[in-house]
Amino acid sequence: MPEDLNWAIGGEAGDGIDSTGKIFAQALSRAGRHVFTSKDFASRIRGGYTAYKVRTSVDRVESVVDRLDILIALTERTIDENMDELHEGSVIIYDGERSTMEDVEVPEGMIGLSVPLQRLAEDAGGAIMANVVALGAACEVANFPIENLDESLEKRFGDKGEAIVENNKEAARLGQQHVQEEYDHDFDYDIETTDNDYVLLNGDEAIGMGAIAAGCRFYSGYPITPATDVMEYMTGRVEQYGGKVVQAEDELSAINMALGAARAGARAMTATSGPGIDLMTETFGLVATTETPLVICDVQRSGPSTGMPTKQEQGDLNMALYGGHGEVPRFVVAPTSVSECFWKTVEAFNYAEKYQTPVFLVSDLALAVTEQTFPPEEFDMDEVEIERGKVVEEDEIDSWQNEKGQFQPHFPTADGVSPRTFPGTTDGAHMTTGLEHDELGRRTEEEEVRIEQVEKRTQKVQTAKEEEDWDYREFGDPDADTLVISWGSNEGAMREALGFLEERGTDVRFISVPYIFPRPDLSEEIEAADDVIVVECNATGQFADVIEHDVLERVQRVNKYNGVRFKADELATEIENTLAGADASSQEVEAE
Amino acid sequence: MSSDVRFTDFKSDKQPTWCPGCGDFGTMNGMMKALAETGNDPDNTFVVAGIGCSGKIGTYMHSYALHGVHGRALPVGIGVKLANPDLEVMVAGGDGDGYSIGAGHFVHAVRRNVDMTYVVMDNRIYGLTKGQASPTSRQDFETSTTPEGPQMPPVNPLALALASGATFIAQSFSSDSQRHAQIIQEAIEHDGFGFVNTYSPCVTFNDVDTYDYFRDSIVDLDEEDHDPTDREAAKEKILEGDKEYMGVIYQDDDSVPWEKREGIEGDMSDIPDGAPEGAMDLVREFY
Repeated sequence: MPEDLNWAIGGEAGDGIDSTGKIFAQALSRAGRHVFTSKDFASRIRGGYTAYKVRTSVDRVESVVDRLDILIALTERTIDENMDELHEGSVIIYDGERSTMEDVEVPEGMIGLSVPLQRLAEDAGGAIMANVVALGAACEVANFPIENLDESLEKRFGDKGEAIVENNKEAARLGQQHVQEEYDHDFDYDIETTDNDYVLLNGDEAIGMGAIAAGCRFYSGYPITPATDVMEYMTGRVEQYGGKVVQAEDELSAINMALGAARAGARAMTATSGPGIDLMTETFGLVATTETPLVICDVQRSGPSTGMPTKQEQGDLNMALYGGHGEVPRFVVAPTSVSECFWKTVEAFNYAEKYQTPVFLVSDLALAVTEQTFPPEEFDMDEVEIERGKVVEEDEIDSWQNEKGQFQPHFPTADGVSPRTFPGTTDGAHMTTGLEHDELGRRTEEEEVRIEQVEKRTQKVQTAKEEEDWDYREFGDPDADTLVISWGSNEGAMREALGFLEERGTDVRFISVPYIFPRPDLSEEIEAADDVIVVECNATGQFADVIEHDVLERVQRVNKYNGVRFKADELATEIENTLAGADASSQEVEAE
Repeated sequence: MSSDVRFTDFKSDKQPTWCPGCGDFGTMNGMMKALAETGNDPDNTFVVAGIGCSGKIGTYMHSYALHGVHGRALPVGIGVKLANPDLEVMVAGGDGDGYSIGAGHFVHAVRRNVDMTYVVMDNRIYGLTKGQASPTSRQDFETSTTPEGPQMPPVNPLALALASGATFIAQSFSSDSQRHAQIIQEAIEHDGFGFVNTYSPCVTFNDVDTYDYFRDSIVDLDEEDHDPTDREAAKEKILEGDKEYMGVIYQDDDSVPWEKREGIEGDMSDIPDGAPEGAMDLVREFY
């Protein structure tokens, strides 16, 4: 008997695949089983193959596998699409009475259960419940107590009235009975239930929940796959805490509205995917140079351009790290699991306000659409801490004013972080501009002030590098010769892969990195390994590039950023100085 | 809010770098007067501007202010106002900033009807990039980038506003300081999005739409028998197209600001030190 069960429903978009899958996943979760879901979907509303897959186990599950035990096939194509994952003993539930399905050939070795889904649904009160009949049949096959379906049916259909709920329960039971009566077969599957209570949510929902927990009160966005769920989650919920979700006219507006709200003192966020991030790029520099705390979430999908909107990729890392003209100090945080989507969102808000910078929260489609079960304590709200950084109240404002009594929002402090006042604060009025500015926030092109402000902004990042714990998560054998590094949603699959590798005799040390910038220094770990492999969902290895860059020490730098080009004599001196420094360090190396 | 605020309290100690004689001086002075007159002070006022000569305004005023990127001042202003409805939000733009790169935001800001004031300093030219055609330039206006004129009709900002469902549409002339300040004041007092297109002549690059031109051609609606609450009458005036009107052209007395309709009340900057009370309910929803 397999220790976990893999189930799927597939058909055409518009067949109710998503809601049926969710009902089953919730029933499993409520029965104390862990669940991990994934979706195959096309970028169209109706038609096109789509599937909802559920992997369930008593133990926690972190990834999908290439195996299907029970498949509800609403179309013949569903069987073809999943042929690679079906195996001997797989059960295929289909409606043999449907004209399009009557000639379905069940592959050899598999068990085909023809269940008159539509007819039984009509018996229960309406053909629309055909999928629920199939769920009832699946419960019988999996030996899963059908009562567990009832509560998720109530949750799904409760708004539509008791009669609808009862009809659906009846539909499920008709499906169950049909299998009991028509098939004298002892199936291989036996779903064990437990007393555990789990919650079931996806990465986008976890980000939205994290944002509200972290005090986010303003969200503006523009719908885009696969980030829309963040906005849909927050809509109607953040309002309960005195906030607002605004659907802007475009991404440029979305990020600028969020910037405005953040300047007014709200914790603000926008979320989008690659194409939207491109539009927002214009404003990154403004957020950074005006030192406005803002969380910008990018739920990555396949690019470039509009690419494959419903497919997974981690191709926006370079954009998050380098996007925007000029040099834009920013943090890049990338959750590695659904629950980390919650916690890293909380952290992102704290970094944004403590350091008054844009923080990129980089997620990906795989996290966004994966629903996963957790014990509710995983999201212990008492653990949420909120740090607002240097907010100056009225009673201390005079210590941040110059001799003329003007508030200095960009005063260069040792740690690079300035005081800030929320509008409305008496005697705190000030302007700030996206142009290079002085400590008062006013335009300047003075070389010394420019240097001071560039260094102040750079210093903030340096301070954060030193003061915060940019750690990583480690799995596998810490002494293994092979080191695997990944970021984002790969953690779950890689953790499970460690088990397969161990069975096959390969020991691996696995490091999952949630911080892209600043990031942990992995040079020692890399030094200690014979082979270093970076796993990521993109073609060029963008994270591998930065990791490689971190362990290089060959290049020295001569930089100038006061707004004036290099002069020849100045360059000669700079190069001499650099070489003198290099000599000193190479001598040190020799002395060792 | 103190009652003894004077308009000079809204002045910063920075000397404007606008060209001597620029219409923007008068536009800004009227904004400051109107702010003081309506009982605001620098600490409860937020001024947002985009790019161009108009974008410099925040530097010369004393208030909370943000000078952002080209064309995006309105969304910033909306974000400020929604996050703290107690603030008086004023957005300044130019004809390029507002009707070209920011035209999309203009239409949607009008539709949204958030209670704020939008003043466009319309000089019918790009000044800061030294004299190219703007969206409100005349069809035959020769510039460095349009040697034969733009060869397309100018944007009619008032018509755009009306078509988008504006609840307050006005036009003023920066040189008529008293009328200009009065019109801005009415825009501030309007419950909703107060839009004022202000003729603000460019003395350096526009030798057609000059002070003299506006003085000669402007028609004050106060001297006509115009009822601004009459949308049909407003529509006629706006679409006539051959007159330069000054005054409130349209005002919907029943306007209710978007944020009020949406139930936004409090200052969103006020949040607890940890997750909000009862936040575990957010988790339990996922059972």
